[in-house]
Amino acid sequence: MTELKTTPLDALHRRLGARMVPFAGYAMPVQYTGIMAEHAQCRSKAALFDVSHMGQGVLTGEGAAAALERLTPADVAGLKPNRQRYALLTAEDGGILDDFMVANMGDRLFLVVNAACKDEDFAHIEAHLPAGVRLAVWTDRALIALQGPAAEGVMARLGPAAVVLPFMGVAEVAIAGIPCLVSRSGYTGEDGFEISAPAAEAERLADTLLADPDVAPAGLGARDSLRLEAGLCLYGNDIDRTTSPVEAALTWTIGKRRRSEWSFPGAARIRHELENGTSRLRVGILPEGRAPARAHTTIHAADGTQIGEITSGGFGPTLNAPVAMGYVRRDLSADGTAVALAVRGRMLPARIAPMPFVPHRYKR
Amino acid sequence: MSELKFTKDHEWVRLDGDVATVGITDHAQTALGDVVFVELPEVGREVAAGEACAVVESVKAASDIYAPIAGKIVEVNGALSDNPGLVNASALDEGWFFRIEPTDPAAVADLMDETAYAAYLETL
Repeated sequence: MTELKTTPLDALHRRLGARMVPFAGYAMPVQYTGIMAEHAQCRSKAALFDVSHMGQGVLTGEGAAAALERLTPADVAGLKPNRQRYALLTAEDGGILDDFMVANMGDRLFLVVNAACKDEDFAHIEAHLPAGVRLAVWTDRALIALQGPAAEGVMARLGPAAVVLPFMGVAEVAIAGIPCLVSRSGYTGEDGFEISAPAAEAERLADTLLADPDVAPAGLGARDSLRLEAGLCLYGNDIDRTTSPVEAALTWTIGKRRRSEWSFPGAARIRHELENGTSRLRVGILPEGRAPARAHTTIHAADGTQIGEITSGGFGPTLNAPVAMGYVRRDLSADGTAVALAVRGRMLPARIAPMPFVPHRYKR
Repeated sequence: MSELKFTKDHEWVRLDGDVATVGITDHAQTALGDVVFVELPEVGREVAAGEACAVVESVKAASDIYAPIAGKIVEVNGALSDNPGLVNASALDEGWFFRIEPTDPAAVADLMDETAYAAYLETL
């Protein structure tokens, strides 16, 4: 077994008594006090997550946006300065290589990609850059997410310049004197900030944020239950190389202009699917009763025919009920459709349901 | 009340007369985290020692609960349906899972006592 990597906040996690687990090659905190409490903390006040395992990089040079557009269906060139966008890296066959964030920082594009994909993503991007565009992978940075309704108030005290940012706004902001790159975004459905900071200052930054009475640490466990309630995809579960953006109901990430140019990897399949529909779609699923239905649970029609599979499933602490998402046959994907989930040899009733399960509370 | 006995699967067993009550240990509930759902066996079911006969689900994952001894399920803890958190709050008491009429009550004596279980936990 290879040695696990650690984030710049490793000592902090151990000091806070986190339960550490391996995730994407890193030792990461899955919980500190308990997933339910940490989930509730994020929905009611503010939670601090270490997401330093994620990949951060910067593209510079003339034509950086055009270069990135050769790898994603997103409108990167049309991204206004100090704005960020959710985007997909697509393969030539239309599958999804990763989902990521791209921010226009004026003279450069700032990228945040998934931890498990970062080496491949950056190699893929690097391999497709024209002369004059350079990728710098930031390996000496931490990424801290501060999420929840109290996050704005905390930021007003510690990094007031960030408070004026709207949802998906990005700016360089000093927090407690530490130069940070802050975006108003997250992975919980709540208002909040993602803060990129120099690794050497990360622990001091986290301690400063945690000293606020409204802030408590939260681990990957709560991060997963929060994003599932918010209907947000987890790469590797809900989207991967076999799912297309149209099947994944992520058509909205494809820029309008890009839909007339069709100049991105997988354009042929994606165009065909946009015009003719797909055979399956990603949907929300609400099991009746209290039993969670986990990933890989098969989904069945009333007559027992298998019509799909759950890709993420668990318990939603805010809903106080099980929640799931997965792919089903398109003709049975309408909200309210009754389906059955095969859990431990029994068929549990469930319904196709709109997402998010818990309304987003972004500051638009 | 008789003494608690323990299994390597982190169940506890308490034999009172000819009925054994079964639950999971404090170590097990801590490792699982917040319990959100418990699936209990049918009353009347005959189970073999080591047979999976209940499921406990935390926010993150599902885990099997095994019958520590062979016998017949005679009662289940209905309170867990409404309040699965009892498993966390009171693992050794109100969070019990089921009661079993042992095929061989002497089988309970063969399980680990508290000292042996504590020593076993040290080896994990």
